[in-house]
Amino acid sequence: MPERVISIERKWSWKRFFLQWEWLLVLIFIVVNIVNSSLSPYYLSLSTFLTAPMSFLDIAFLVLPMTFVIILGNIDISVGSTVALSAVVMAVSFNAGLPMPLAVLLCLAVATTCGLLNGVLMVAFKELSSVIITLATMIIYRGVAYVILQDQASGKFPKWYSTFGWGNVAGIPVIIIVFAICALIFGLVLHMTSFGRKIYGMGNNLIASRYSGIKTNSIVIIVFTVTGLMAGFTALFLSSRMGSTRPNVAQGYELTAIAMTVLGGVSTSGGKGRLIGPVLAVFIIGFLTYGLGLVNIPAQVLLIITGLLLVVSVLVLNVRFGSRHQRPVVARAQPAQKGERPDE
Amino acid sequence: MRKIITVMTMIAVIMVIALPVALFAGGGTEQGGGSQPAASQKYAIVFKNTGNPYGDKQMGGFKDGIEEQGYQAILRAPDQPTAEAQIQIIQQLIAQKVASICIVGNDYDALQPVLQQAMAQGIKVFSLDSAVNPASRMTHVNQADSEKIGQTLIEAAYDMAGGSGEIAILSATSQASNQNLWISYMKKELEKPKYANLKLVKIAYGDDIRDKSVSEAQGLLQSFPNLKVIIAPTTVGIAAAGKVLTDKGLQGKVFLTGLGLPSEMATYIENGVCPYMFLWNPIDVGYLGAYTATALVSGKITGKVGDKFKAGRLGDYTVVKAADGGTEILLGPPFKFDKGNIEEWKSVY
Amino acid sequence: MSDTKPAIADTKRVSRSTERFREVGLLAFIVVICVLVQIRNHNFLTLTNIQDLLANTAILGILAVGMMMVILTRGIDLSIGATIALSGMVSALTVKAIPTMPPIVSILEGMLVGLAVGAIIGVTVARFNVLPIIATLGFMNVFRGLTYLISGGAWVSSYQMSAGFQRIATGSIFGVGNLIIIAVVIYVGYAYFIRHTKTGRQIYAVGSNPEAADVSGLPRKRIVWLVYAVMGTLAGLAGVLWVAKFASAQSDTATGYELSVIAATVLGGVSISGGSGTVSGLILGTILLGILNNALPLINVSPFAQQFIQGVVILAAVLTNVLVKRNSQRIALRKRAI
Repeated sequence: MPERVISIERKWSWKRFFLQWEWLLVLIFIVVNIVNSSLSPYYLSLSTFLTAPMSFLDIAFLVLPMTFVIILGNIDISVGSTVALSAVVMAVSFNAGLPMPLAVLLCLAVATTCGLLNGVLMVAFKELSSVIITLATMIIYRGVAYVILQDQASGKFPKWYSTFGWGNVAGIPVIIIVFAICALIFGLVLHMTSFGRKIYGMGNNLIASRYSGIKTNSIVIIVFTVTGLMAGFTALFLSSRMGSTRPNVAQGYELTAIAMTVLGGVSTSGGKGRLIGPVLAVFIIGFLTYGLGLVNIPAQVLLIITGLLLVVSVLVLNVRFGSRHQRPVVARAQPAQKGERPDE
Repeated sequence: MRKIITVMTMIAVIMVIALPVALFAGGGTEQGGGSQPAASQKYAIVFKNTGNPYGDKQMGGFKDGIEEQGYQAILRAPDQPTAEAQIQIIQQLIAQKVASICIVGNDYDALQPVLQQAMAQGIKVFSLDSAVNPASRMTHVNQADSEKIGQTLIEAAYDMAGGSGEIAILSATSQASNQNLWISYMKKELEKPKYANLKLVKIAYGDDIRDKSVSEAQGLLQSFPNLKVIIAPTTVGIAAAGKVLTDKGLQGKVFLTGLGLPSEMATYIENGVCPYMFLWNPIDVGYLGAYTATALVSGKITGKVGDKFKAGRLGDYTVVKAADGGTEILLGPPFKFDKGNIEEWKSVY
Repeated sequence: MSDTKPAIADTKRVSRSTERFREVGLLAFIVVICVLVQIRNHNFLTLTNIQDLLANTAILGILAVGMMMVILTRGIDLSIGATIALSGMVSALTVKAIPTMPPIVSILEGMLVGLAVGAIIGVTVARFNVLPIIATLGFMNVFRGLTYLISGGAWVSSYQMSAGFQRIATGSIFGVGNLIIIAVVIYVGYAYFIRHTKTGRQIYAVGSNPEAADVSGLPRKRIVWLVYAVMGTLAGLAGVLWVAKFASAQSDTATGYELSVIAATVLGGVSISGGSGTVSGLILGTILLGILNNALPLINVSPFAQQFIQGVVILAAVLTNVLVKRNSQRIALRKRAI
């Protein structure tokens, strides 16, 4: 009987490669830019591509860890409140005499702690879903911010601090550089490390992962802590852009971040998605909003457009690829050695 | 290996698309330097949020004033009343190279960096209604003297309470700069010996959200059974309090005054819950803003104390010193709405 | 063979007592809070205040019913705030234009608008398999924008609403407010529906294990569509009641209200992962949230601490529930020890 090696890999196909969701996002991105530039003569300029990102990239910092969280099958709606709380603590401590660099570190520390608390609660109370835990912490964190700062604004940061939000390095805004670095790091971790693979595994089947020896508790805590840290980044850039902060900043950021992540092809049922998707989605929504704003589209029409964009794109995604259809987890079958039967 | 190829290809394609676009655009930008022809000069106003008829009337007045002078008006408002949203809008206006920006601020300080950037590009910036800090603006158009508003409201409360009793304030959000300014003047006014028997028991915040304002109003009535007057210097708050008082049948026992829209308050003025209240004509405020804008752009005024200019059908105005260290232009005294005139005003705004 | 019977009877008793335990925890929590608030402010447990509380919570309760059905099927609906605004604005505009419209027609009109909204969302989720959180997030924006457009940004004020319309909310029958009556009727109907009708049980099944439901021949897609349609209808009803209650229709009505509804539902023990939840728990969760909203202005804490207190109470209530449930499960397991 001649040996047959049954490969369980799918054959490479250019068509299937380019029909991936992420390529569709690239296509949408191009279309958005074409539409924007035909609508307004002010759109196509270097300054647009450099200054427009400044407004939407602070949410982008939240999208990166949110991708991890959603692939895990969880959700985190407390990020906006974490941003507010850490920004408020930083501003208040600076105005109480703490040197600015230390205040910045304090901001990151507070944000990380908020994330850590989320993670610990999730691990300690597994019966509770992430929705209810982060809902409660969302209210609590912002509540603390209100208790601290009440109805005041706090700010008057030193001049050098505004370079975070407004400054350039060799013509490229600081925020773009920092975001690019972060995106690169997150992408590498997700796709090239075993940590990333474990996250996919947990998203696909949490119980199986736990029994396979993956330390699910530590991974959940790490992911939520990192989410907190990135919320701290957002707080830094936001407060730098505004020059001051209040307890009510960053409201609604969590829903926008989730929308961008899901638009990027990351399914909320967990276990699917790649980092490049949400990054593209961030730019799509960001430039769309900016471009339409250049022709002074009223805010309510913009609301309808972004809402429809979200629904239609996911609809198309589902119709094309089927909602429960997963790209099969491809196991590399070892080519059988000559003389060996495959099932031995 | 395949994954790396996938990722690299994607990055390469993105760069291939993005780079030429940016380069091409960089070369083809019209610099737009020098002055533009008058008809295409654009004047922008940015309100606090959409869906607010008071704001719509204000922007409408602004538009009338600008178009009366032959220019183009841009009316913008974010769908959420936040400072971040206004920053984005202002950045878009800067990119459109507008001649001037009139801002109704959601936050006193947070807009400073972006407005300073606008001013650095030669755009004339001034605030209207809800001020921004003096460093962010050339001047401020105020609908009425803030101190006078505080005085008038306390006088009204004194009158309605019959000289003595407990009063409470139902405000909007705790960070609205105009609210806080008026409240501080009200507190200052209460220190006068004339009002020694008037006691301010609580300042409640309804956040300009209808159901929260109702809960807060009900809470005031529950916690302070001897309450005589509620002062609500916010359109949502005063209407909510009016409904609560009407539903509980408290007309004649607890009185209501403050700043409200005639359309929203018509029912409650007619049934006596609110004997009288105040506001000003937002259309006129916007209109005055329009003429302030053109005066600033044409260089007629620079926003310093003593500058004079003519504002169309409203007449002559002079720039005066403002309480916060900057300058302002006052529209006039607050207007009183009562049973006598509510009928004619309720359909206007 | 003979010892399976007692074992099955055991588990039935155990599961019923577990559920009762869960609610007892919540009930105790509510009692404790009421006592604490009453100590701070003696006007809390007065008839007028309780009536205010119930009237304010009635709308929340009606929405919680719909949200519970949606969450039971493992879904979520973030668009109800926008639906309330849309149906409220539509009915208010109609009453403004036709002041002689009988109130019952306004209510039906609002429910129809809500039904249309819910049906669209239902189709998107059930037929096109779009995830509920995405679909409702997207449509939330669409319907909110639509509300702005049809109203032109203008509000409808109380003088433009007929007295009959406003009396929908302020009127009362035998001294009990209309809102409370409507809410009670809906709850009674819902309790019967979800426990004692075939469709009601099917909703639990679909949420508990969608694949098994599909395979067993349950009309899963139709049921999912149904829950969103019902949620939409209830939100439409709530919109009319809201606008009548506050005598004002704005385009930003009920922004963010969906979070309160979700909080009330989850507080009541409805599991986000679907398939479990009781009506009594729902009532308790809604009442707890209503108490929070009512009591906070009464106790003299700084208004800035209000949000913090709300969050802590919600977290405490939820964690207490979990701990109580764990305890009862441990007791149950011990009972079954062989």
